[in-house]
Amino acid sequence: MTIKGKAYIAGIFEHPTRHAPDKSTAQLHAEVAKGAIEDAGISKADIDGYFLAGDAPGGTWPMVDYLGLKVRHIDSTDTGGCSYLIHLGHAGAEADFEAAYGATTHNAYGMCAMRHMHDYGTTSEQLAWIKVAASHHAQYNPHAFLKDVVTVEDVLNSPMISDPLHRLDCCVVTDGGGALIVTTPEIAKSLKKPQVRLIGHGEAMKGPRGGKDLDLTYSAGVWSGPRAFEEAGVTPKDIKYASIYDSFTITVLMQLEDLGFCRKGEGGRFVADGNLISGVGKLPFNTDGGGLCSNHPVNRGGMTKIIEAVRQLRGEAHPKVQVKNCDLAIAHGTGGLLGVRHAASTCILERV
Amino acid sequence: MAEAKKYPAPIINAETAHFWEAAKQGKFLIKRCTACGEPHYFPRSICPFCFSDKTVWEESSGEATIYTFSLMRKSASGPYAIAYVTLKEGPSLQTNIVDCDIDKLKIGQKVKVVFKPTDGAPLPFFTPV
Repeated sequence: MTIKGKAYIAGIFEHPTRHAPDKSTAQLHAEVAKGAIEDAGISKADIDGYFLAGDAPGGTWPMVDYLGLKVRHIDSTDTGGCSYLIHLGHAGAEADFEAAYGATTHNAYGMCAMRHMHDYGTTSEQLAWIKVAASHHAQYNPHAFLKDVVTVEDVLNSPMISDPLHRLDCCVVTDGGGALIVTTPEIAKSLKKPQVRLIGHGEAMKGPRGGKDLDLTYSAGVWSGPRAFEEAGVTPKDIKYASIYDSFTITVLMQLEDLGFCRKGEGGRFVADGNLISGVGKLPFNTDGGGLCSNHPVNRGGMTKIIEAVRQLRGEAHPKVQVKNCDLAIAHGTGGLLGVRHAASTCILERV
Repeated sequence: MAEAKKYPAPIINAETAHFWEAAKQGKFLIKRCTACGEPHYFPRSICPFCFSDKTVWEESSGEATIYTFSLMRKSASGPYAIAYVTLKEGPSLQTNIVDCDIDKLKIGQKVKVVFKPTDGAPLPFFTPV
C-alpha cells in the first residue's frame, strides 16, 4: 500500500497564542480545529475523522464528544513514552463535571439496560438468555474461565451489582491476550491456513454530545455496522456467525439491534430461548464462551472476538459449536463506557 | 448513606470558572449558542452543534426529569444512584440522585438541582421534588 497521491492538505491553522492561562486545553483544541475548518472553507458537519495525540485532555472519547463531532475514523496513536503519564496528568474535559458521580462500567451499562427496559419492555429474563447461551458454548472450551452451564434462574438469582444488572450479567476479567498476523493476499495464498479476509469495516463514536436528544438505548454500532455491511456488500441476514462484544448481557442485546440483526427494541425477544446457541438458534454467537464466560484479557476483548470468528471461518472451532459451512462472520465491539462515551468497530470477515 | 459522602472538589479552569463562581451563589448555569439557539451542558466556549464561539451563560431552572438511573450496590462508600436527568431547558446530564430513598426512584420522576459542598466549589446534584 502507498499513500502517494492519496492525501491532500486542505486546511491549516496555527493558534496565535503563545501563552494561554485564560483558556482550557480542550478549548485550545476546539479553537485550532475551528480555525482549520474555516481555512479550508468547509463546516464542522463535513468532518468525519479525528486524529489526536496525548496532549488532548482525556483522549479520544472526551474530545470527540466535547467538539460534537460525528466521526467514522479515529486515530489516537501516540508514540511518546510518557503518553499515559500525560493522560493521567490532564483531567478530561468532561471530568470536572462528571468525576464526582461515580460512573463505573457496571452502572454505566446498568443505566442503558434500565432505559432499554423502560422504552422497549426488555426483561432481565431476556438478558439472562445471553449469559445462558455463552455458558452453553463455554462448556466445550477447556480454557474457559467459567465452564459451567447456567440457567436463566441462575442469572436472576445472582447478586444485584448495579440495577438491573446481576453478577452473571457481567463478563469475566482475566489475564491473557491474543495476537493477529495481518498480511497481503499474495502472502496469505502462499501459507497453509484457510484464507480469511476482511471485506468490510466501520468505526464510530458516541457520547452525550452536549446533552441534546440523549438516547442510551443505542450504541455507535448504528453507524459502524452499516458502513461495514455496505463496504462488504452483504447484509446481517447473510452472516453465519457473530462475535459480539459481551462486557455485559445488555451490551450484546443493544449491539445486535444496532447492527440490524433485529429491529430496535426487539433484541429481548431475539436473544431469548437459545437463539444465540450454536446448533440451536438462528445466530450462533461467541462460540468460545465469549467475555461472559471464557476470556476478557485486560478489558480488551476485541482481540478474542476476531480470533473466534477466524476459528469459525477456518472450521477450527470446537466441533460441538462449529457452524456448518461458515463462510461469512462478523466481529463487532464497543470500547469505553456504553452509557457515557464509547467507540464501536465492526469487521466483516470472509473465508475465501 | 450516600449523603455522608465526601465529594472531590471540581478542577476549575478558565473556560468553566464562571460556572463554579455561580455555583457558589447557588445558581446552576448552562450555556446557549446565540448563533444556532441550542443550549448545551457541560459548558463549552465553542458550541458543540454549530461550532460558533457565540456562546453565552444562562441560568437553568434546575428543574429536570430522570432519564435513566442505576443503583450501584457494590461500593465501599455505600449504595448510590447514578443517573442522567433531562433539564427543562433541554440538555441531559450525568449526576447522582441524592437525599432520598434510592430504591423508590423511577424514570420520568421530577427532580431539582441541589448543591453539595466540597473543599472547593460546590457540586450540582439532583433530588426528587
